[in-house]
Amino acid sequence: MSWLTILGDYTFQNVVMGAAFLGIISGALGSFAVLRGQSLLGDAISHAALPGVCLGFIVAGSRNMGSIIIGAAITGGLAALLMLALTRMSRLKTDAALGSCLSIFFAIGVVLLTYIQGTENASQGGLDAFLFGQAAATLRSDVWIMGGITFVALAILAALWKQAKLVTFDAEFARTLGMPVTLIEVLLTTMITLAVVVGLQMVGVVLMAAMIVAPAVAARQWSRHLGGMVMIAALVGVISGISGATLSTLGRGLATGPLIILSASAIVLVSLAIAPGRGILWEVLRLARQRWSLQKRQILYVLYQTRLEQDESERSPWLSRSALTAFALYRLKRQGLLTSFRNAAALGKSARQWRLTPSGVRQAQQITATFNIPQHG
Amino acid sequence: MLEAFFNNAELQIMLVGAMVGTASSLVGTFLVLRGNSMLSDAISHSIVFGIVVVWLLTHHQSGPVQLIGAALTGLLTVFLTELLASTRRMKQDAAIGLVFPALFSIGVLLLNVYANDVHIDTHTVLLGEIGFVWLDTVEVLGYHVPQAVVSMTIMLTLNLIFVGAFFKELKLSTFDPALAKALGFAPGVLFYALLMLTSSTAVAAFDAVGAVLFIAFAIVPPAAAYLLTDRVWLMLALGTLISTAASVSGYYIAVQWDVSIGGMMAVMTGVFLLLAFIAGPRYGIISQRLRRHRARGLAAG
Amino acid sequence: MDTNAAVKVKHLTVSYHNKPVLWDVNVDIPAGVMAGIVGPNGAGKSTLIKSLLGLVPPLSGSVSFHGQTYKAQRKRIGYVPQRSSVDWDFPTTVLDVVMMGLYGRLGWIKRPGRKERHESLEALDMVGMHDFAGRQISQLSGGQQQRVFLARALVQQADIYFLDEPMAGVDATTERAIIDILCRLRDAGKTLIVVHHDLQTVQSYFDWLLMLNVQVIGAGPVNEIFTGENLKRAYGGQIALLNEDNVLNTNNAPAFTALERAE
Repeated sequence: MSWLTILGDYTFQNVVMGAAFLGIISGALGSFAVLRGQSLLGDAISHAALPGVCLGFIVAGSRNMGSIIIGAAITGGLAALLMLALTRMSRLKTDAALGSCLSIFFAIGVVLLTYIQGTENASQGGLDAFLFGQAAATLRSDVWIMGGITFVALAILAALWKQAKLVTFDAEFARTLGMPVTLIEVLLTTMITLAVVVGLQMVGVVLMAAMIVAPAVAARQWSRHLGGMVMIAALVGVISGISGATLSTLGRGLATGPLIILSASAIVLVSLAIAPGRGILWEVLRLARQRWSLQKRQILYVLYQTRLEQDESERSPWLSRSALTAFALYRLKRQGLLTSFRNAAALGKSARQWRLTPSGVRQAQQITATFNIPQHG
Repeated sequence: MLEAFFNNAELQIMLVGAMVGTASSLVGTFLVLRGNSMLSDAISHSIVFGIVVVWLLTHHQSGPVQLIGAALTGLLTVFLTELLASTRRMKQDAAIGLVFPALFSIGVLLLNVYANDVHIDTHTVLLGEIGFVWLDTVEVLGYHVPQAVVSMTIMLTLNLIFVGAFFKELKLSTFDPALAKALGFAPGVLFYALLMLTSSTAVAAFDAVGAVLFIAFAIVPPAAAYLLTDRVWLMLALGTLISTAASVSGYYIAVQWDVSIGGMMAVMTGVFLLLAFIAGPRYGIISQRLRRHRARGLAAG
Repeated sequence: MDTNAAVKVKHLTVSYHNKPVLWDVNVDIPAGVMAGIVGPNGAGKSTLIKSLLGLVPPLSGSVSFHGQTYKAQRKRIGYVPQRSSVDWDFPTTVLDVVMMGLYGRLGWIKRPGRKERHESLEALDMVGMHDFAGRQISQLSGGQQQRVFLARALVQQADIYFLDEPMAGVDATTERAIIDILCRLRDAGKTLIVVHHDLQTVQSYFDWLLMLNVQVIGAGPVNEIFTGENLKRAYGGQIALLNEDNVLNTNNAPAFTALERAE
């Protein structure tokens, strides 16, 4: 397959464009969800969309993207509202409310599905597509609908940007400014439904959760400003979407949804590792250096104090017997600050004792001198 | 007589439903109390990964080896989730939302690559088919017993023993992990044991109700019970009662309307939750309103 | 070294994300005293208790209780944690919470029975909460919650009690009631070690004091240690764990920043 053939392929174009739109909307809206601690809301709403999809199908009489989307949006939004109601009006916690809404709505959907199919079992076809997405079946008209929804969501977000930002960071303060906080919170919550509805076709129910979370988490590592985060999240979403779509086409027989999610996850891992400042690799190095410094000071200091106290019976039992300590002791010995010797009187592991060398003593004295608090004996 | 029992499809279906409900809500209760309900969601999805891997290695689609594989997958899921959360670059629920889809994706891709033509019915894994549960039998002591009944009996027994024996330890570890640790009960170990049992219960339940409906049984009856009582042991009892009631009523309604039996059973658990939410004697909305009304009346009068 | 020490701490260093929260703490707390632990926020007071009880792993150091390890003396040590450490929506009653204090004695699997119930009711009586035994814990006020926690520790009949900010957010009556109970315990020969936040009441409540700010500022009889100079050293204008940029008064810089500059 030459590149031109691929690029010119109708299905490929649809999948890529659809995936790109999905990336944009889930990155943007997902940023707010993640920042507001509602990461799994996408999971719940996507499962809750099933009954809506079925209802849309029933009402339209056939697979009609428009009515399906409306149906999915309605039940998804309902589930979000019910979740909010459960948490606000009873002592149920968020996780239980989310899980309950997720599973019950999905169950209703399963029941409806079997009703549609007139059989007792939820058979293939419709449900599989819903669960795993059927990116390859995307029509050009579907792509325009996805694009339209994405545009609407971005427009709303742009219009309410200041409010969304403030409510996300400090709802109490926003309230004192007279903002309709509850309304905005409900709006932000239900808007996730829009992202979910776009994603159902592409990646399916199960993986939708990751589309909401992954781009936002990746973006968070690179940007400290909300605007930057949202844009990077959208970008990450687009890249994941296009990569997944492309790999799926090249891979022949590999499902698109999982590939999109794995691309996004890979970006998350890379971001976690190398993002400047926050990246884990930097932190690991920094921590290792700090730990070594702390241990070194501590060992020298304690050995010095013991030496001062002339307490022969307490050599080094208070040093934790970890491999790290042993390694630290060894390093200090290499640096010429410690020597070790064997205590014939003691047995086994405690037979090896440590003592400061003259240069070790000097360093320990320096460390002690930095204390202006006399040690209580 | 036993023969007749095992041949009665209706009974088998309801029995399996009740067993799934009970086994799931026993472990689910402590997940709900801990605030970790969504872990059951995460585990039951990522388990697809485990099932595929175990199948690739052993060619067994069900049975004890899958139960063990599930337990390990559950551990892996939670371990990776905690690992991500411990980087402090994201909150715990975000970590959950990253790990299980990734594992699920790998599972699906493995299926695509290695088992495209082989019969691992992924949609069955996710939805189960309790209506056919009585057909797939194994021989036990001369009787033809549905495989699902065998697996669920094992899990139900294990869960009962675990929750029964370690009831006070589980209660304490959930309520006050610091004191639990100080007193020498290892709350971390108990939690992981609970998760392993949850995972195995999930996989045992798949044949019957599938992954997503398992979540319903693990979370919803305990949630309903939470709104009805102030005692943990009552929560467990009520959870069991609600699950059984949901299974039986769900079956009959499903047969009436000719719809998914497993789905209907799960929907019934939701009905009970709604009832508890609205009409629960102590914590339901109605009684809350009544109490407030009365208090206002007293204050005014 | 004081051989009568209830708690002996040697060279205890605890770090959190590679910053020292406790640095080379050496202290011997004698038996039978009402000991207070004071210090600014972030000084490591809670961390000290938690590491003594094995809840937080130390970088180094050893602790002994009447000469033995914590694991050996577990049954003689009672712990009253901060109220915020627990979810008060948990479906359980006051009596049940108190009985949890006896779980350690029961060990694994064994259930609490009539004897435990009786002892728990007695403990509730001691803190004046006997009538609340069947109450759901979410219906309690802050002071009542604190008393329930206290009862839970009392029921253990320990010899050494650790209390983490028991007077925080509690009304005056409850505070007096708690101190009353603690004094009675002290008079019966128990050792009480209390993390306290209110400097006003230190001298009237405690007979022994540990002043802490990452390091030990001073430890000993309260009148010796509770001096203006020690207070200045402990609280002197900044909190522990600041980095160099935030040091206000370099002469009284807390130990940690001084260490950093020594590098």
